[in-house]
Amino acid sequence: MQKFTTFTGIAVPLRRSNVDTDQIIPAVHLKRVTRTGFEDALFAAWRLDPEFVINKKEYQGGRVLIAGADFGIGSSREHAVWALRDYGFDVVLSPRFGDIFRGNSGKQGLLAGQISEADAETLWNLVECEPGVELTVDLVSKTVRVGDLTVNFEIDDYTRWRLLEGLDDIGLTLRDEARISEFETKRESWLPRTLPALSPESSSINLM
Amino acid sequence: MTNVIPTSTRISDTGLRTLAEKVWDKHLVTKGEDGTPDLIYIDLHLLHEVTSPQAFDGLRLANRPLRRPDLTIATEDHNTPTLAIDKPIVDPTSRTQIETLRRNCAEYGVRLHSLGDIEQGIVHVVGPQLGLTQPGITVVCGDSHTSTHGAFGAMALGIGTSEVEHVMATQTLPLNPFKTMAITVNGALREGVTAKDIILAVIARIGTGGGAGYVLEYRGEAIHALSMEGRMTICNMSIEAGARAGMVAPDQVTYDYLKGRAHAPRGADWDAAVAYWQTLATDEGASFDAEVIIDANELEPFVTWGTNPGQGVSLSESVPNPAEIIDANERSAAERALEYMDLTAGTPMKQIRVDTVFLGSCTNSRIEDLRAAAEIIKGKTKAEGLRMMVVPGSARVRIEAEAEGLDQIFLDFGAEWRFAGCSMCLGMNPDQLEPGERCASTSNRNFEGRQGKGGRTHLVSPLVAAATAIRGTLSSPWDLVQDGDQ
Repeated sequence: MQKFTTFTGIAVPLRRSNVDTDQIIPAVHLKRVTRTGFEDALFAAWRLDPEFVINKKEYQGGRVLIAGADFGIGSSREHAVWALRDYGFDVVLSPRFGDIFRGNSGKQGLLAGQISEADAETLWNLVECEPGVELTVDLVSKTVRVGDLTVNFEIDDYTRWRLLEGLDDIGLTLRDEARISEFETKRESWLPRTLPALSPESSSINLM
Repeated sequence: MTNVIPTSTRISDTGLRTLAEKVWDKHLVTKGEDGTPDLIYIDLHLLHEVTSPQAFDGLRLANRPLRRPDLTIATEDHNTPTLAIDKPIVDPTSRTQIETLRRNCAEYGVRLHSLGDIEQGIVHVVGPQLGLTQPGITVVCGDSHTSTHGAFGAMALGIGTSEVEHVMATQTLPLNPFKTMAITVNGALREGVTAKDIILAVIARIGTGGGAGYVLEYRGEAIHALSMEGRMTICNMSIEAGARAGMVAPDQVTYDYLKGRAHAPRGADWDAAVAYWQTLATDEGASFDAEVIIDANELEPFVTWGTNPGQGVSLSESVPNPAEIIDANERSAAERALEYMDLTAGTPMKQIRVDTVFLGSCTNSRIEDLRAAAEIIKGKTKAEGLRMMVVPGSARVRIEAEAEGLDQIFLDFGAEWRFAGCSMCLGMNPDQLEPGERCASTSNRNFEGRQGKGGRTHLVSPLVAAATAIRGTLSSPWDLVQDGDQ
């Protein structure tokens, strides 16, 4: 994963709340078995409308998405993050994120920064008055800057650290491999195992 | 919108623990320090074809083994057809995804229940019916409705594909501790009101983001009066309130459901397990970070009018007027929803005519759901021109339903009796709504286009689904009684 420190790019105002992951990428587009190639599927249904913000020429090449509250709720599909990344977004700002989406973002180098409702409104107004304006997102100081305006955003310290360092989660965890093995020796023997496959104990419960 | 009541200052050093905290503590591999997350051990990892291929690929690229195949199980559900399952899957991309899962499971030694297998079905129906889902364990799956398994008192989390890969490689997940919220449902449900109505009312109360950052614990006499199926319906939709998980403390109903199942403990192991399970309930006096109280006696059959699961009302009410919503964002969301749903403010919900009824999904496709719907429609006639699709949650549920003659009741009524899978809940297979088609659905999401591009979804209980299929307009069994009186 690439290190993320500061970043400057065109902002796209998405004045909608409750943007669920079915809107970010509809289920029919989840059938690929690769991690890339989802750019055309981003907001697929909404993009059919020529007036949808992503379709406007002044927002082409957008890298920072400013969305309403509860962005990324619903399905756990990481494809939503891949689609945003494949399209070119590096940052999403919203007053509140779906938990799973926010977790997925951090693992794919997509910065999900939480801003206040008031700051979202300010940024929307500013970007709409000056379409194509570039924002600078600074992960070190947790700020968004545009012209004279500076807005703070929140991100949990651990995700911030990993993004700043460009660290791989699995590699980090495997440094504690001995602790995992030790934990495993203490697990109760009756805990469920999927292998070998077993049959029900009594025939009365054979069905369902 | 949050009507969540923060409880008084949390006393953290009383030593009293909630159910969620007990399960968490039990699975702590390393305690996070200085803002790093805790490392939590995962007891059960469920896989399906949609969110696993990229995770297997990551494992392969890094040349890492899958650490615990014996704690991992896969099934095919999201893409699978519900008709002609003995024929090759027509859609080449769906077929590729299924074939990829089969190849990956063979390569990594993962147990897989493929289409046609008696244990195949929706992943959240399969885990419990095999007895793999047990109280006090940690369960993950690359699917947000993993919260279903919390009905057993398990900590069950929906995760993304990167996390799926993480669990494959390490059998652990780095997780930040959650806050806890008690959802206390007092009293008793009236006849015709179900678990689905409870959870739809909870989400309407706290909103789609109201549970964000929380693990919900459903408590109170109305919850413990529910069957395991009903508890699963409630926990299933915890994610629709934005929560990471939902849980119910295990009790005798839980043990009775588990006993004898294929992977439930046996003999002395059973006794040891029950002894542990009995320690899990939240300690008397333990505090939650927030609490919501619901009176079951006041609940009515509930239905959604909008395009997120929080946009719902009692069936006896009318489509709300966005102009009366104070919050600007909620108001514009409601206006947008009404436009998409083609509804006018003030229209009584019961006057809304539907084209299709879908009975299925990980929310409501278990045997009890099918029995409840069959009981309503038995001997009745389906509304003219209405389509009803019944999709059992698993191959076993289908077989059990057929053994009870439920299939014939549905067929005589004029419904379609399908094979198991996720089906029209999300329309990854051919089971989709047409643009503009209106559906009463027992599933969990009424998002725009969820059931097919341009499709309009009203979330309902199996009882409301059945009554609606008879009357053609959104209805509950209460309306059938009134019809009968006239």
